[in-house]
Amino acid sequence: MQKPIKLHPLDNVLILTDEQLGGLAGIGHKIADCLIREGEKIIKYGVPIGSATTTIEIGEHVHLHNMKSDYIPTYTIETPDKENNN
Amino acid sequence: MQWQGYLRKDGRKGIRNYLLVVYLVECAHHVAREISRHFSGEPVQLIGFAGCYPNAYADRIMNALCTHPNAGAVLLVSLGCESFNRKQLEENIRASGRPADTIVIQEAGGTRTAIDQGVKWVKQAVNIIKLVPTAPMSIEELIVGTVCGGSDGTSGITANPAVGRAFNRLVAANGTAIFEETGEMIGLEDIMSRRAITPELAIELKKSVEKAARYYTLMGHGSFAPGNADGGLTTIEEKSMGAYCKSGDSAISGLIKPGDRPTKPGLYLMDVVPDGDPKFGFPNINDSVEIVEMIASGCHMILFTTGRGSVVGSAISPVIKICANPATYRKMQEDMDINAGAILSGTATIDSVGDEIFTRILEVAGGNVTCSEQLGHQEFILTYKTFTPLGPACLPA
Repeated sequence: MQKPIKLHPLDNVLILTDEQLGGLAGIGHKIADCLIREGEKIIKYGVPIGSATTTIEIGEHVHLHNMKSDYIPTYTIETPDKENNN
Repeated sequence: MQWQGYLRKDGRKGIRNYLLVVYLVECAHHVAREISRHFSGEPVQLIGFAGCYPNAYADRIMNALCTHPNAGAVLLVSLGCESFNRKQLEENIRASGRPADTIVIQEAGGTRTAIDQGVKWVKQAVNIIKLVPTAPMSIEELIVGTVCGGSDGTSGITANPAVGRAFNRLVAANGTAIFEETGEMIGLEDIMSRRAITPELAIELKKSVEKAARYYTLMGHGSFAPGNADGGLTTIEEKSMGAYCKSGDSAISGLIKPGDRPTKPGLYLMDVVPDGDPKFGFPNINDSVEIVEMIASGCHMILFTTGRGSVVGSAISPVIKICANPATYRKMQEDMDINAGAILSGTATIDSVGDEIFTRILEVAGGNVTCSEQLGHQEFILTYKTFTPLGPACLPA
């Protein structure tokens, strides 16, 4: 198993480089590199890509269930209209 | 680090020395292709504009390409009744010190005689351009563009940030770097505009992204597909960053439009989204449109990142392909110059691949052939567009 990579020194998330977290998340997904509190920015590429909607433990998968865009709500097939994560 | 470049009359230097055979309307395409086919294996390339109706953008781009530092001579092939201003184009090419001629098919007497005349001219011109003087060329004179195509979930975490590191080195060494795709910077306009060297330029950068957002909304483009989330992307800012990180971390020295040339070394954003109401359809119908526009702005070579595995190269300027995905690299090695997927396999880092790209830039500038050149790729396309001139704040002194 390859180690997750950090894209930028300021980042608080790491990027998975193969199937990890028991197959829950694959290449390209994010995990927390430190404890991230609700409302804190998620930093990837050294810039904010959204904020935490709940407290995220170190090593936890970071995705639609615990973070949101600060810009436009993310459209997914499961949350077409009202239930988006904003 | 220096290498020998081809010295042109305007003082610019090329890293290649091609003779271009140029059709000025689709009706002249066959004749132009038959002329260029006669010289397979020699530095003769085919480009052209398919449209019969005039377009100021296409005219400007074609003039820029025919006087590009990588071009040594140009043969224009006209049907005779199309609207392209061939006389002015030929005059401009001659004024730039390059051998130029025009074959008008209707005047030559048809297909066969036009091909014969063209072949005859190219035969002697190919020998003339072998005598173009060379001169030492260095990184301060080099312009490099970057484009991504056939992206997947790996593009934004391997190849694109690695190109960003290579761009950091290029700009630090006083070279010139150009990035584009304002449509994929939606959500990042504040982050990007902070990098502008003047507050006025910052406003222009922001405006260019807002224009892209308006244009894409009218075209009905979705900016975030559910498949992106399956690939691990959570927000539009994150997706945009994956493309934007090709630009690296340097300050942004200016905003240009296709055909505008950077005025001094540094990092530039190219705004490829047409001005005014959408008129001719999608801003860029494929990756080659962007490659051609970057070359028209003076790019000597293009860094092209791909995850799914694009095979494109280009006429006029070499394309270095950087493969983001290790599985794609294994399958399509012959087409890929750099394996950025090694970052995921744990045998390389973003920095080490950035260094590898930087080294490759210098090798290719020195004459080393890229994979797409080796395979004979010469993709080319020029379409219809409308642009208004740059505002004064776009290129700060």
